[in-house]
Amino acid sequence: MLQDCDRIFTNLYGQHDWRLAGARSRGDWDKTAEILLRGRDAIIDEMKASGLRGRGGAGFPTGMKWSFMPKVSDGRPAYLVVNADESEPGTCKDRDIMRHDPHKLIEGCLIASFAMGSHAAYIYIRGEYYNEHINLQAAIDEAYAAGLIGRNACGSGWDLDVYLHRGAGAYICGEETALLESLEGKKGMPRLKPPFPAAVGLYGCPTTVNNVETIAAAPEILRRGSAWFSALGRPKNAGTKIFCISGHVNKPCNVEEELGIPLRELIEQYAGGVRGGWNNLLAVIPGGSSVPLLPKSICDTVLMDFDSLRDVKSGLGTAGVIVMDKSTDVVRAIARLAQFYKHESCGQCTPCREGTGWMMRVMYRLVEGRAESAEIDMLEQVTRQVEGHTICALGDAAAWPIQGLIRHFRPVIEERIAAYRAGPRVATPVNLPLAAE
Amino acid sequence: MSGSAENIGDGSTATHNRVDPEHFAFTADSEAEIVKILAKYPAGREASAVLPLLYIVQEQMRHDTGSAWVPRIAMDFVAHRLEMPPIRVYEVATFYLMFNTSPVGRYHLQICTTTPCWLRGSDAVVAACRRVTGIKGWHETSADGLFTMSEVECLGACVNAPILQVDNDYYEDMDASSTSRLLEALKRGEAPPQPGSMIGRLTSAPEGGPMTLTAAER
Amino acid sequence: MVKLRIDDTDVEVEAGSSVLQACEKAGREIPHFCYHERLSVAGNCRMCLVEIEKAPKPIASCAYPVAEGMVVRTDTQVVRQARRGVMEFLLINHPLDCPICDQGGQCDLQDQSYAYGMDHSRYAENKRAVKDKYLGPLVKTVMTRCIQCTRCIRFATEIAGVPELGATARGENMEVGTYVEHALTSELSGNMIDICPVGALTNKPGAFVARPWELKHTESVDALDAVGTPIRVDVRGLEVLQILPGVNDEINDEWLGDKSRFSVDGLKRRRLDRPWVRQDGKLRPASWQEAFNAIAARLGGVPAARIGAVAGDLCDGESMMALKDLMAAFGSSNLDCRQDGAKLDASRRDFYLFNSTIAGLDVADAILLVGTNPRREAPILNARIRKRWLATSGRLPIGIIGSATDLTYKAENLGANAGLLASLGERAPDFFSRMQDAERPMVVVGQSALARDDGNSVLADAWDLAKTIGALQDEWHGFNVLHTAASRVCALDLGFMPGPGAIDFDAMVDGGVDLLWLLGADEFDTRRIGPHTFVVYQGHHGDKGAARADVVLPGAAYTEKDGTYVNMEGRVQHGYRALFAPGEAREDWRIIRAFSSVAGRPLPYDDIDGVRARMAAVNPVLGRTGLQRFGCSDLSGPCPQLGREHATDSQIGELVADYYLTNPISRASPTMAECSRIAPAALAQPALPIAAE
Repeated sequence: MLQDCDRIFTNLYGQHDWRLAGARSRGDWDKTAEILLRGRDAIIDEMKASGLRGRGGAGFPTGMKWSFMPKVSDGRPAYLVVNADESEPGTCKDRDIMRHDPHKLIEGCLIASFAMGSHAAYIYIRGEYYNEHINLQAAIDEAYAAGLIGRNACGSGWDLDVYLHRGAGAYICGEETALLESLEGKKGMPRLKPPFPAAVGLYGCPTTVNNVETIAAAPEILRRGSAWFSALGRPKNAGTKIFCISGHVNKPCNVEEELGIPLRELIEQYAGGVRGGWNNLLAVIPGGSSVPLLPKSICDTVLMDFDSLRDVKSGLGTAGVIVMDKSTDVVRAIARLAQFYKHESCGQCTPCREGTGWMMRVMYRLVEGRAESAEIDMLEQVTRQVEGHTICALGDAAAWPIQGLIRHFRPVIEERIAAYRAGPRVATPVNLPLAAE
Repeated sequence: MSGSAENIGDGSTATHNRVDPEHFAFTADSEAEIVKILAKYPAGREASAVLPLLYIVQEQMRHDTGSAWVPRIAMDFVAHRLEMPPIRVYEVATFYLMFNTSPVGRYHLQICTTTPCWLRGSDAVVAACRRVTGIKGWHETSADGLFTMSEVECLGACVNAPILQVDNDYYEDMDASSTSRLLEALKRGEAPPQPGSMIGRLTSAPEGGPMTLTAAER
Repeated sequence: MVKLRIDDTDVEVEAGSSVLQACEKAGREIPHFCYHERLSVAGNCRMCLVEIEKAPKPIASCAYPVAEGMVVRTDTQVVRQARRGVMEFLLINHPLDCPICDQGGQCDLQDQSYAYGMDHSRYAENKRAVKDKYLGPLVKTVMTRCIQCTRCIRFATEIAGVPELGATARGENMEVGTYVEHALTSELSGNMIDICPVGALTNKPGAFVARPWELKHTESVDALDAVGTPIRVDVRGLEVLQILPGVNDEINDEWLGDKSRFSVDGLKRRRLDRPWVRQDGKLRPASWQEAFNAIAARLGGVPAARIGAVAGDLCDGESMMALKDLMAAFGSSNLDCRQDGAKLDASRRDFYLFNSTIAGLDVADAILLVGTNPRREAPILNARIRKRWLATSGRLPIGIIGSATDLTYKAENLGANAGLLASLGERAPDFFSRMQDAERPMVVVGQSALARDDGNSVLADAWDLAKTIGALQDEWHGFNVLHTAASRVCALDLGFMPGPGAIDFDAMVDGGVDLLWLLGADEFDTRRIGPHTFVVYQGHHGDKGAARADVVLPGAAYTEKDGTYVNMEGRVQHGYRALFAPGEAREDWRIIRAFSSVAGRPLPYDDIDGVRARMAAVNPVLGRTGLQRFGCSDLSGPCPQLGREHATDSQIGELVADYYLTNPISRASPTMAECSRIAPAALAQPALPIAAE
């Protein structure tokens, strides 16, 4: 079990002062200039050695990502863009960082920007986080006033401007190139890759997009050393992570723990256990809505890290743990996610634009059982037709939860269909979304 | 408000006739805000400010008319200000769900019904909202003009589900009775309560108090 | 060059090419909807998926750059499955209304569905319905058919430079349209119909009229402006049903102006389909013989110096040749082709051509537009300027002397004074030095700069300016005249101009002749013609000229005759007859040839080859079709008789007042009338911001 002294986000719950004075008392902004004095390469090497993998869902090694940025500018400026568009259902970790530990993020912006040769960092925060953006902006203003950012940030000789930019209600803007489009004042439609942002990103300039938690963890890692961080967690899955435990647990909460913690321990230790006890568990979506759910049998033993969850055909994603007990209509739970993806599809590419609506409509019929058994296979095929055929990963994300449902809960769907055939109609009416919604 | 009728795509499915205001101009306060916003982006990249400017429109409309929305004429104004073709602003305003392209009530009730909130009882929150406001469908406004109800997707506060967002504020850990109390208070014209958990939790910490980070200030 | 392998074929393509282009080079047809070679890459339809070795998933070939040694597979199980999947998605919400869809038979979606579609639908849900949008009188929408490929949006934004189309809302609710309904304001809007891969955007005036397989196609040349756009005239029975652009990368890429496309309904209205003779002040139907006799009788007592002929804007070379020869047979060289009164020097070809050529715009690095609004006078050419401007990321210096605005690219307005030409260095030193610094600068002079009393000075000053800034080089000819009349350059080539001692257009119409032969000349105020002048009007439409005529000879429109047209570049092209002229109307050179016999002075040719041989004899450039590019080898300028008199400091006005109504065919077109009716409202809109991206 992780000790408090090894936790990075020491004001996760906002029990202490989030402003600069409080942040300093927790060790933020401590000798930041000295970190910068180590030089770009040393910082990137240290980040690589730490084994930190991106905390936004994809788990790409952070140090390596930073190293993709051009070492010598061709005249274009470089940009750091922080992805604070936290919108993955089940995920609410960046919110706590921004409202309770904003200076960790701002300090991280300085270090990461320096390491990538950037003099401007844009933090793209989801529009709904209105009060969070107030805190974060206040913290940015404090940091400017204290000379921590701006010209000659922390006395390091490096200039950095940090700008906060609000999104306006579009999940797709969490996709890094859609985020860049949005930041440029366009619709959040993902870009074709290549070129990748490190070559052609914001305003056509080299850009790295990192998640809030990733950037906010960097100062602590560099201060305490990569050895400290990589000793936590499991091989190739180093360090700590904020887990968000929601759904049918007794005490939903956020908690920072080591990667590789058993799912059961995470739920029972921190979230008060599954409602009605562990044996009342039906399934868990372990990494935010985009990853396939896991039935109890897998949840019994699975470890919460990137590779362990990939091995059971799911993923760590954003570590948004959505717990469902046996009272759950799991078909409807997934149908609601299908509705989410249909609602959030940007509409750019055909398979996602057309497929998400199709999948949602079939899913809601399956909730009622108003379908043929053969349609389960058809739905599975439709998810395969979407998966891997779109510009961005939203198509995949829409397909996987349904694939997970069919993989693990096919008998439930078949029973539903049989019950509908047997009639009379199920007494509890389901709120069906209208087709045009 | 005087207005003119014209055919406008309402951003979802159809075009229809609607009465829009004939004039729009930013107030002095808004203009001051715009200057600050434009300073964030490099020269020639003023289009980046389109979301912030649409927010300013919406807030100004809230302030001036009690309804936070973005009329088409204001979109044109923003386009002109940022030297964008108007259609690019229309695209943006209809793509991002937080911009209301038609008028809303004094309080915009945005209820998350995505799976994590649904698991924790968002259906009861929706039902309570309907009961108190008398609103039947989504995106409808109550007869008294006080409330508009919208179903929204995940608000990113899932460990405090279910969430009811009223305008800019999150009310967390809601249930039917806390929803009713909140809305009744708004109906009575009382100031909205402090946002956050409605069951007295400390933000995202587990109910009953944090189990980690229990030491005194580090 | 990059080498890669497509299936079993090795190909070499230029670096920076897309995989799709490489596949096409290897002879593999890759299905696609959103990709269009002249538009930016959207990559959204996902139909062009192929497999690339080592790539984990199929990739969109239209958007993926080639790399050395790449191995591409275009026909694997994975690829076929992917395309079938995309096709199914495209069809689930697409209506099954092909039998009543005007795109039927020429529809990409229909065609591809044969290859990748299923024989039944697995989609059991309700189909999406989308309300149709009003886009003006030219483009009809059936938006439920839209597959959101965004080609039309990209066309409007990139090619037309009028960013008024967009996709609003998102996901499956995304809709293409203008949001606030209004007619499209581009002169190129019809091209959206061509590039729409489905039946969402179709030809509004031509709705429900014909099936593509019923139409007989004739390749020809547009005659409604001076660009010489290749066209395809589609005919069924006795009617032209549509005119579509041909493809010529040196002229039009594949675009066509709306006037040239949509004036077709003017071709069957107000037609002169029989001869008329004026009797007792009124025109009455007559036979050819009566008409010819009437002219011959009037000619009898008129001295040669009192006979004159004016060639109109749509004339083919053959008819002008025949009329010139006829006039010569009567001893007259009172000829003119300039109803607008433009001062032109026909003594050397490069004094009146668009010498840099249209394709030359692609390499121009500074442009000065003098007294011309290319957007209204030659929209295709204007699109080419925009293309160049975009290619330079908006850095191409473009200056305007005149009143043109809203040209779809950023241009510096230097003032409207003609006098600027001779003093640009002093009065616009910044722009002048940018022109001087340019390697291939262009000076473009329009007709409104030349149709002035001091037009000759303007012409000479413009030439001198071109010379001063170094635009006249061995390999680059930067002096250009932008014409608006399809007949003009051929007329100048043929010398359809006042001969020595002869009188010009103004003098002829103002009472200088007793017999005036108007060959399709309608673009002037016919009330100027003296009351005692006997007017022969030869042409195809009952417009101004016919109304004033004493004898009307019914001729053929450009779609109804074989003819030679020389565009403003000097490109010699042949148009072809797509159908016969109506009623008793005949090809124009034959009418003149027939009359010459009646008048007792028969012309020495009996077939079109004979006329063309005669034209080649008059001017050898007309003996060969096509275009020769040339530099400037002789720097001496036009109108030497002027001495050094400069153009005066007076405003240059705008000549083409209404793009849609510049000729008798368009004026007879209800569609053009409707466009003209709504155009002022569109023009009153604030100009759209122009972005170079």
